[in-house]
Amino acid sequence: MSKTVPVAVAGAGVISAIGNNIRECLAALESGRAGMGDITWLDTVHRGQIPVAEVKADNDRLKDLAGVTGVVSRTGLLSFIAAREALDSTGIPDLHRWRTGIVSANTVGGMDLTEKFAFCEFRGRLRELVQHECGYSTEMVATRLGLRDYQTTISTACSSSANAIGFGAKLIRHGILDVVVAGGTDALTKFTLNGFNSLMILDRAWCRPFDDERQGLNLGEGAGYLVLVSDAVAATLPAPIDCVLSGYANANDAYHQTASSPDGRGSWLAMKTVLERSGLDPADIDYINLHGTGTQNNDLAEGTAIRRLFDPHYPKMSSTKSFTGHTLGASGGIEAVFSVLSVRHSLVYPNLRFHTPMPELPFVPTTDLIRDLPIRHVLSNSFGFGGNCSSLVFSKSQS
Amino acid sequence: MNQPIYIRSVAAISPRQSEPRQSEPRQGEPRQGEPWQGGPGQGEPDYRTLLDPKLLRRMSRIIRMGAAAALTCLREAGIAMPDAIVTGTAYGCLEDTGLFLKSMIERNEAVLQPAAFIQSTHNTVGAQIALLLGCTGYNNTFVHRGFSFESALLDAALLLADREAETVLLGGVDEITETSRELLARFGLYRRQVAGEGAAFFLLTGQPSSGDFARLDGMDTFHNPKGTDATEQRLMSFLSSKGLAPGDIDLIISGDTGEISASLFPGTPNLNYKELSGEYPTSTSFALWLAARRVRSGARRVLVYNHYLGIYHSVYLLSNADK
Repeated sequence: MSKTVPVAVAGAGVISAIGNNIRECLAALESGRAGMGDITWLDTVHRGQIPVAEVKADNDRLKDLAGVTGVVSRTGLLSFIAAREALDSTGIPDLHRWRTGIVSANTVGGMDLTEKFAFCEFRGRLRELVQHECGYSTEMVATRLGLRDYQTTISTACSSSANAIGFGAKLIRHGILDVVVAGGTDALTKFTLNGFNSLMILDRAWCRPFDDERQGLNLGEGAGYLVLVSDAVAATLPAPIDCVLSGYANANDAYHQTASSPDGRGSWLAMKTVLERSGLDPADIDYINLHGTGTQNNDLAEGTAIRRLFDPHYPKMSSTKSFTGHTLGASGGIEAVFSVLSVRHSLVYPNLRFHTPMPELPFVPTTDLIRDLPIRHVLSNSFGFGGNCSSLVFSKSQS
Repeated sequence: MNQPIYIRSVAAISPRQSEPRQSEPRQGEPRQGEPWQGGPGQGEPDYRTLLDPKLLRRMSRIIRMGAAAALTCLREAGIAMPDAIVTGTAYGCLEDTGLFLKSMIERNEAVLQPAAFIQSTHNTVGAQIALLLGCTGYNNTFVHRGFSFESALLDAALLLADREAETVLLGGVDEITETSRELLARFGLYRRQVAGEGAAFFLLTGQPSSGDFARLDGMDTFHNPKGTDATEQRLMSFLSSKGLAPGDIDLIISGDTGEISASLFPGTPNLNYKELSGEYPTSTSFALWLAARRVRSGARRVLVYNHYLGIYHSVYLLSNADK
């Protein structure tokens, strides 16, 4: 398949450990302030033992921000806050004129509530359990934001929301929707914390992606969404489109349920294909927002795939998981938002806490904020359990 | 979905039959003479004839069902490697999720075995199929309640339309566990139908070939329509968009008790597929399996209509590819 038509990015919204909105997250990215810390909200025996990157608000505060009451999963609250910011930021006049929809993503749905239910020996209140399904929060957000014409949810582990953005773009390109809110959400849960802990890939200190002494990942939480629009909608916007999604690719590593292949063949295939779809050469990429979880296996596989594709012309690279932690099903969405901000503001974010280069790789990530580099194309990587590998390319708008 | 899609092969594992290739059971006929209550693991085949016994030991039921149906479907199609694998599942891997949750609670978050967690993610079925095949192509999993399978089918259609894939392996799969059956019964899910589960897979292409089961001429989904009138209007406009009238339909396969189809399609035979599959959010994948088989065995045009919980409505039109 050859080059695909770019899709306009009309809006973005984000909530993560480094801020409750775009402005706060951008300020943290520019000042190098990470969001990790001791566990505050999650009720777990691991409190004080394992650092995480929590959103700095308890559920009551999130409900205030969202303007909702009642029993709502944290996954749903995070999703609504970021999706609303994304939609509000577009300034689309007369949204109801258009066919609108949402493609969201997450990995554990309303597990934060299900856990409470399960701890009562599965005899708790059904209104807690009803939010368990991954699609529940999507449906709630669609209803509240008036996104009427299409809704769906994707779950491919840590690449979930990159696939949501890719699928959302297809709905625009095929004329199925005019406006789509696309991205993902995930709240920290005991289920995922204990799951990753059982895999022994959680760093007891703040994570160090792409460092030779990396000890694993820090879990995070949050949500990130883009608003993708058709050209007809773009023409009605108050401001010109400054960023487009140039391409999307999805491949599978087909190596192991959780581990990446040593040569990162799935990652390589996703990156190689997204460049073809974007009509770009490796040398055209100015910045790679790495998947960069900080585990031994992931970073080596991703780095090896990058060497194979980019050598000898390496773009700037960094893992913003060094700020937000690994937000799992939300990571592709949050990092897509950061990639759009990189294009908009000509920024390369630092890869925090990097000290020792990996001997296997001929490149190192960027360690300081770069402001003066023109950013034309950003590659965003999201790879997950089950070998699911997805890549997105965002570009400065030609118009 | 504007271009026709060709269903080259189908395979399903469902509660009322024991082999994915076996012909469909007769409606209303209890399996092995027992009243059908619905529940986990009914009608499952001997997987050892379909999957490597060494791998089987590590697979939960949903993975077994999905992988066995997927591999059978590919074998029937004579295709070793699809270009893409797209899966729909609403509940995902309930058994492994429940196992990990329970051990986490019982052991109060002390040292846990990762096996159940590793296989608890919703993309596990699609991922395991890719792993079994060594398939590095496109791989996606949709998890949107009663639209999980419908979303996966739309994704498959767009892959074919974009020529991003020439062959797509599409599946709908969900499992019940003792816990989920009890809880979903409390929600009232099984008021009208027994608890269901299953896996149905399809090999889809954009090009016809002689052995095709059926051609999929269209699909429509609508969310939470306001009353029966709105639903009937939507069904009628779907038909007229295909240049068809109700009388052109030979068979209706539906999951409801038939009130809508009876008023819109008087005289058209109506088969309630949930008597065979039970109720589950991706049961329309089973309905599509049934419809494809009916077209293959002579029906000219089959309409599938279902609503899940009255919220997620979907309709499919299948026809004989030679017409």
